[in-house]
Amino acid sequence: MFAYTIKRIGLTLLVALTVSFISFLTLHLSGDLAQAMAGADAKAADVERIRQQYGLDRPLLVQYASWAAKALTGDFGESFYFRKPVTELLADRFPVTIALALSAIVFALGLAIPLGVAAAARPNSWIDRLCLSVSVVGQALPSFWFSLMLIIFFGVTLRWLPVSGSGSWQHYVMPAIALGYYATPALMRLTRAGMLEALDSDYIRTARAKGLRSYSIIFKHALRNAAIPIVAVSAVQFGFMLSGSVVIETVFAIRGIGHFAWEAISRSDFPVVQAIVLILAFVYVGLNLLADLLIAVLDPRLRTQVEAL
Amino acid sequence: MLTEPILHAEGLSVTIALGEGSLNAVRDVSLTLQRGETLGIVGESGCGKSLTSLALMGLLPKKAIRTARRLAYADCNLLTIKDEAMSDLRGNRMAMIFQEPMTSLNPVYTIGNQLTEVARRHQRLTKRQACERAIYLLEKVGISAAAERLNQFPHQLSGGLRQRVMIAMALMCSPDVLIADEPTTALDVTIQAQILNLLRELQRDLKMGMILITHDLGVVARVADRVAVMYAGEVVETGTTAEVFSRPLHPYTQGLLRCIPIPGKTEAGKPLGVMAGTVPSLLGEFVGCAFKNRCSYAMQSCSQRRIELVETERHAYRCLLPEATSSENYAREAR
Amino acid sequence: MNNPVVADLSGFLAPQAIARRRLYQHKGFIIGAIGLAIVLGMALFAPLLAPYDPYEQVLTRRLIPPFWHEDGTWLFPLGTDHLGRDYLSRILYGSRVSLAIGFVATIISAVIGGTLGMAAGYFGGRVDMVVSFMLSTRLSMPVVLVALCVVALVGGSLTVVISVLGCLLWDRFTVVLRAVTMRERSLDYVAAAKAIGCTDFRIIAREVFPNVFPAFVVIATLEMANAILLEAALSFLGLGVQPPLPSWGLMIAEAKEQMYFSPWIIAIPGCALFALVLSINLFGDGLRDVLSPEGRN
Repeated sequence: MFAYTIKRIGLTLLVALTVSFISFLTLHLSGDLAQAMAGADAKAADVERIRQQYGLDRPLLVQYASWAAKALTGDFGESFYFRKPVTELLADRFPVTIALALSAIVFALGLAIPLGVAAAARPNSWIDRLCLSVSVVGQALPSFWFSLMLIIFFGVTLRWLPVSGSGSWQHYVMPAIALGYYATPALMRLTRAGMLEALDSDYIRTARAKGLRSYSIIFKHALRNAAIPIVAVSAVQFGFMLSGSVVIETVFAIRGIGHFAWEAISRSDFPVVQAIVLILAFVYVGLNLLADLLIAVLDPRLRTQVEAL
Repeated sequence: MLTEPILHAEGLSVTIALGEGSLNAVRDVSLTLQRGETLGIVGESGCGKSLTSLALMGLLPKKAIRTARRLAYADCNLLTIKDEAMSDLRGNRMAMIFQEPMTSLNPVYTIGNQLTEVARRHQRLTKRQACERAIYLLEKVGISAAAERLNQFPHQLSGGLRQRVMIAMALMCSPDVLIADEPTTALDVTIQAQILNLLRELQRDLKMGMILITHDLGVVARVADRVAVMYAGEVVETGTTAEVFSRPLHPYTQGLLRCIPIPGKTEAGKPLGVMAGTVPSLLGEFVGCAFKNRCSYAMQSCSQRRIELVETERHAYRCLLPEATSSENYAREAR
Repeated sequence: MNNPVVADLSGFLAPQAIARRRLYQHKGFIIGAIGLAIVLGMALFAPLLAPYDPYEQVLTRRLIPPFWHEDGTWLFPLGTDHLGRDYLSRILYGSRVSLAIGFVATIISAVIGGTLGMAAGYFGGRVDMVVSFMLSTRLSMPVVLVALCVVALVGGSLTVVISVLGCLLWDRFTVVLRAVTMRERSLDYVAAAKAIGCTDFRIIAREVFPNVFPAFVVIATLEMANAILLEAALSFLGLGVQPPLPSWGLMIAEAKEQMYFSPWIIAIPGCALFALVLSINLFGDGLRDVLSPEGRN
């Protein structure tokens, strides 16, 4: 078991580093960084100076290795644009994105689980069809357009919510909805499928034979079983939300890392971009590991196997 | 003088709506169960015995429709009872155990949790009282180290142990009726005997009425006081076990008993009995006897109208053959 | 004598015919197909249908509302944008951009993902390990950010966007094709082909591929929707297709300033995008339900 865990963690590290290396390569190979930083009408001499100043003339592998070595100790270098340590710049912005992603996943689950349970409890009823429609519509809505429509409707016409910034909890409501709705269809279908399977099982027949009440059968017995894959997928979806928040943050003017990454890209501030990509890759693989762990914890059948090893 | 039966069903039918018509899975079945007696329902796969038991408990799947002239537990009319009141009875006064112990327990909750929840649902027990009752019953069904078992999960127990847990779970509220649907079919032969003896003991102890459903005649012979033989959704013969086994009157029962080798009686070298043919389709309406295409004594009148149960002294059977003729046939074939 | 249930052979049909019949009865599929056909029609016949040149800017006729508005006019049925360009024409030409990107990017990712998936499923072992590693790496990548980076550096154009999307969206192809190929590999016809000495390549191309093709088609339709949405998002952020190309996503971005006063200006392209993606999803879901239910999870 121990060996297995080490192997898993090792693989995870390797994946994260590979992601980071690929993005590094992509950045460096898609154009001349020095030229991009110097600007379109810089003189050749200036470009050369920048190239040497930032060590861009070294072989790629060397550049990457030296960056990675420092990164793993937490030193992501300095932002080209702000001339401040990248870590410092990310420190304020990262929690904002985490808060946004958390609200989004809470919204997604808050919608998906009740709808999925209701649909499974009454298959082929109107509520089942409603869920199907929500699912189909949710997957076809472009997120940025949905965000703008939300702004027009709730922010301007009804004036219920603020349209930009991240000051109070109200600022997070629309962005959370805009970011979370895309995960709702998948989670809802998963809930529905899991519940249908659970409700069809022998142990639910036993529960009925014991005379347990409906809510106990649905929520205590069936949902607890159906929840296992839902938890795992939610962890992964959370990862997607963290890395895919750039559009929402831009529309709602939220100062999170997504928007910051976009700004950095537009400004050719590559240390920042590199750092964000690496962090997001690590977070994503970390969440996958967490998802696996959660499954093991929630399913007693796996738990004791683990203990027995 | 007959005491009031604890369970009484008359004209029980179950129809399942399918795409191409409706399936008459259970047709006009009548049963009674007295307190303290074991009724064995025996028949081959697909004869409707499991559906009958589910119908009695009100646990039929949504597609199956139950109709009956009368269905009562003690003096409670189960046909008109509300769902909520029915669920108050289930697990409490009427309990059921199933065939597959491996999958009949919820894998994510402990044994203790699943045991105590029955008692706490139906009786106002505290957690401690419920645990004590659970431990008492686990010991009663022959499980050692009962207190530790409460914290174990189903997957940590073997099939035989799980079935014992199922039995303990069924007895948590001391029910008057226990329906056991093929409780030993999925278990090893050695465990089978243990579980059957256990059931018999518990039944005598707690004075429950027990319905034991099985396809195994040997089980019935060992455990049941009375037996009902089912074929193609109908009860074709019913009576005391001794009576039916020694003097079967319906050609199907006779055929079944002929198929079983009896140590001492069956001659070596002689072929075992075999029943030719297959069970007819239960789709749509049916006229006449269901067994007629496999019966060596079938007559013209067997296809004309529904055959009613003929009642004799300790016995009832659904055949047009007179009692004397039938027993003669059996005696002759047995030689 | 009771009637035994006789097998009715009169309605016996070939599997393709059965599939086709089920497809035509699938409501979602029909709606999706109609929607797709409409957008295809728009794209193909845009030069004939569009009343004006979508690039022509006439500043005197800026921000005219659509015909259902009180200030609207039938001259410009969907109104004009902030540079006086006719919206109907831009929407019509915009369908070309969306469909072009959808098709080509999907074909590229189908080739990449399909090859990787089939190789992993067929050969197993080391090949499978390598492909699985590549898959994990791809899934851990923040796609939007990487796409933004590339476009920022190389410059936004239709070709760049298509290439980037094609090179990034192959993961679902790999996952499903790998699963389906593994299933096919264990079937007898593969063993038979090997027994008569066919090379692996030939087996994959001539025997396995036709059987996994339905899965391909299903995933392709669903990924197309993804590609279209992603392009729209990139263009919206300014790092996708460049103006003045009439990409629906770009139209929404350009119109952002005016959206408070003229909401139709973002509503219309948004609805167009929504309708297209919805049609594709319904079409793909219908295909999947009939052809390849294992792709469901």
